[in-house]
Amino acid sequence: MWEYSEKVQEHFFSPRNAGAVADANATGDVGSLSCGDALRLTLKVDPETEVILEAGFQTFGCGSAIASSSALTEIIKGKTLDEALKVTNQDIADYLDGLPPEKMHCSVMGREALQAAVANYRGEEWKDDHEEGALVCKCFAVDSVLIEETIRSNKLTTVEEVVNYTKAGGGCSACHEGIEEILAGVLAESGQTFAPSAKSVAVAMPTPPAKMTNLQRMHRIETVLESIRPTLQRDHGDVELVDIDGKNVYVDMKGACAGCQMASVTLEGIQERIIDELGEFVRVLPSQAMPRAERAYG
Amino acid sequence: MSTDTGIQGIYFDNNATTMVDPEVVEAMLPFFTEQFGNPSSMHLFGNKVGLAIKKARAQVQELLGAEHDSEIVFTSCGTESDSTAILSALKAQPDRKEIITTVVEHPAVLALCEHLEKEGYKVHYLEVDGKGRLDLDVYRGLLTDQVAIVSVMWANNETGTLFPVLEMAEMAREAGVLFHTDAVQAVGKVPIDLKSSAIDMLSLSGHKLHAPKGIGVLYLRRNTRFRPLLRGGHQERGRRAGTENTASIVALGKACELAMEHMRHEQTIVRQLRDRLEQGILEAVPYSFVTGDPDNRLPNTANIAFEYIEGEAILLLLNKLGIAASSGSACTSGSLEPSHVMRAMGIPYTAAHGTTRFSLSRYNTMAEVERVIQAVPPIVAQLRKLSPYWSGQGPVEEPEKAFAPAYA
Repeated sequence: MWEYSEKVQEHFFSPRNAGAVADANATGDVGSLSCGDALRLTLKVDPETEVILEAGFQTFGCGSAIASSSALTEIIKGKTLDEALKVTNQDIADYLDGLPPEKMHCSVMGREALQAAVANYRGEEWKDDHEEGALVCKCFAVDSVLIEETIRSNKLTTVEEVVNYTKAGGGCSACHEGIEEILAGVLAESGQTFAPSAKSVAVAMPTPPAKMTNLQRMHRIETVLESIRPTLQRDHGDVELVDIDGKNVYVDMKGACAGCQMASVTLEGIQERIIDELGEFVRVLPSQAMPRAERAYG
Repeated sequence: MSTDTGIQGIYFDNNATTMVDPEVVEAMLPFFTEQFGNPSSMHLFGNKVGLAIKKARAQVQELLGAEHDSEIVFTSCGTESDSTAILSALKAQPDRKEIITTVVEHPAVLALCEHLEKEGYKVHYLEVDGKGRLDLDVYRGLLTDQVAIVSVMWANNETGTLFPVLEMAEMAREAGVLFHTDAVQAVGKVPIDLKSSAIDMLSLSGHKLHAPKGIGVLYLRRNTRFRPLLRGGHQERGRRAGTENTASIVALGKACELAMEHMRHEQTIVRQLRDRLEQGILEAVPYSFVTGDPDNRLPNTANIAFEYIEGEAILLLLNKLGIAASSGSACTSGSLEPSHVMRAMGIPYTAAHGTTRFSLSRYNTMAEVERVIQAVPPIVAQLRKLSPYWSGQGPVEEPEKAFAPAYA
C-alpha cells in the first residue's frame, strides 16, 4: 500500500469540487488512459476579471490522482488565470503534504489540466511538452525518458555520468542495472557498445538533494529549535514548536520572549538557522499567524 | 492505511497470500525452540529434526501425488523453484536455446525469461484469447528439438483461469521436451496427481496454502536431468544446498496435510461463496463483467472489471471498510501499464484499470460475502460520479470519443 499523507487521504475520501462546473467556459482534458490516470478540469471564469469563480474536476484515476485534482481546484479557486498558471505541480504536492515519488505525476497532471483549461479559455491550442517514461530511480523520481534524452544530448557513456547529470541512481543504487540497460540501448543507436568498468561505480553525491520525509524534516526543525532554546532560556525566554505546514513553521515565543520587541529579530534568526539546516526556504511565524481552521487542531 | 472503523477485517486477497493455519503454527513452533538441531548432525538434537523433515516431505508428496518422496525438493519460495527449474533445463541441455511460456505468467517466470532473451535465448510467448485461453495448435507447432523447457502456469493468479497443463505436458513429452508448471495458485485448490502426469517439474509456494512465507517446493520427477541453482552442502540430496528451513518445512508439511483434508471444501463450499459473491456484485453493479474463463478456473477466484473507474481507488475505499482485495490497475503495481494479464486478454484500458480480484479461502464465510456484496455497489457508484466517462446512470455516449485527453 502506498504511503499517503493524511491530507491525501482526506482529499481522496472527501474530494472537494467533484463533478463538472455548470456553465463552464474553460475545459482541460489531460492524462493517459494506458497509465490509468486522466482528468477533466472545468472552470467558470469571470470574463471581466479573469478570476476563476468555480472549478470542478472529473477524474479517472487512483487515490492520489483524485486527491491532486481536488487540491488543484481548491488552490486555484479565486485566483486570476495568470495567478493560477503560476501554480506548480510541487505546489499541489506540497498542499497535500507530499506525494510518493511514483505518484508525483498525478500532481503534474493537475498542473497540465490547468494549462490546458486556460489555453482552452483563451482559444489557444495546448500541447503537452513532455513525455513520461517508466520510473527508473525511485530515490529521486527519475524516469526512463529523461535518462535517455540526457544520455543522447550529452553523449554520456557511463552510469557515473548518468548519476551526475540526472541524479538517477545517486541514492540506493539499486537501479544501476536498469541505467546500464538504458545506456546500452541508447549507445547502440549510434553503433557504440556500453563498456562497463570492472570496478563498481563509485558515485560521489555530495549532499543528497533528496527530499526529506516529512518526519525527518520535522525532526531537523525540532533539533534546531532545541539547540536555540538554552540561549533563550538564559534570558528567561523560550520557544516552542506549534506546527509545521509546508513552508510555514509556527512557533510560540514564551516567557520573556513573548511580547519582547526583539521577538521578530529572534524569529528571523531561528528562520535562518532552519533554512541552513534543511537546505530549503521556510518561513518562521508566530503561532498567532496560523490560519484559524488549523489552530483548532493545535 | 489504518482501518479504524472497528469492523473485523474481511480478507478476500488469498491469491496474494494466506493466513497461516493455527494448526500449522502449532506444528512449527517447537522447531524454533527445543527442536533447534541441524538435521545434518549426527547427534540426537539433529536426528529428531531430520525425522520431522522426512514426515513433511511425505505430506507434500501426498498432496502432489508424487511417486517418490525424493522428488520433493524444499526451496525458499515459488520464485526460487521457478528459476531453478528453468535455469536447470538450460544448463543441462546447452544445445537447446529456446523456451516456451505464456504471456500471462507470473513475473517469477516472465522477468526471468525476458532476462534470458538478453543472454541470447529465444523465448516463445504463447498468447491468450479474450477469456485467457491458449491455442494448443500454436503450442504444438513450437515444440521442436530446439526447446529446452516449456514453463506454463497451472492457474493464473489474477483470473484463476486454469491452463490444460496435463495435456500440454503430454504433448511436450511426445516431442521430447521438458515440462515445468508454476502451480503456486493451484496446489491446495485443485486435486493434483503428478505420478499419473507427464509433468517433469512443478513449483509451489507455502504461503499460498496457509503455510508461512519463505518456504517453497520444486517437484523434480525422478530421472529428470538437473543442475542445481545453489551448490554447497548435501542438503536436499545436493539439489538445493543450504541449511534446511526446518520450522517452515514442518509447517508446509502440516499445511499440505490440511489442504488435502479441505480439498472437497475448497471445491464445494469455497466455490459456492465465490459464485454467490460474483453473482451478487454483477447483479448490483451495471457495466461490470468477469474476466478470464468462468467455466474453467480456480474455485476461489473472482476477477471483476468495473468499467470507467480505477482499481486503486476501489481498493482504498474497500480498505476503509476493512475489506481486502487487489487490483490489476497500473497504480497498484507502480508500473505504467495495467496488468499484463488483462492487456493480453484484450480488456480495454477503461476496464482493465478497474479490475478487482477477490480471492477467497476456507476461512471466509457467507456472511462476509454478503457484506462485500453490500459494500461494493456504493463504492463503484461513488467513483463513477467522479469519472469523466460517466454521466448520471450510465457512461457518456461514445465514452472514448467524449473524453479523449491530451497525453500528459
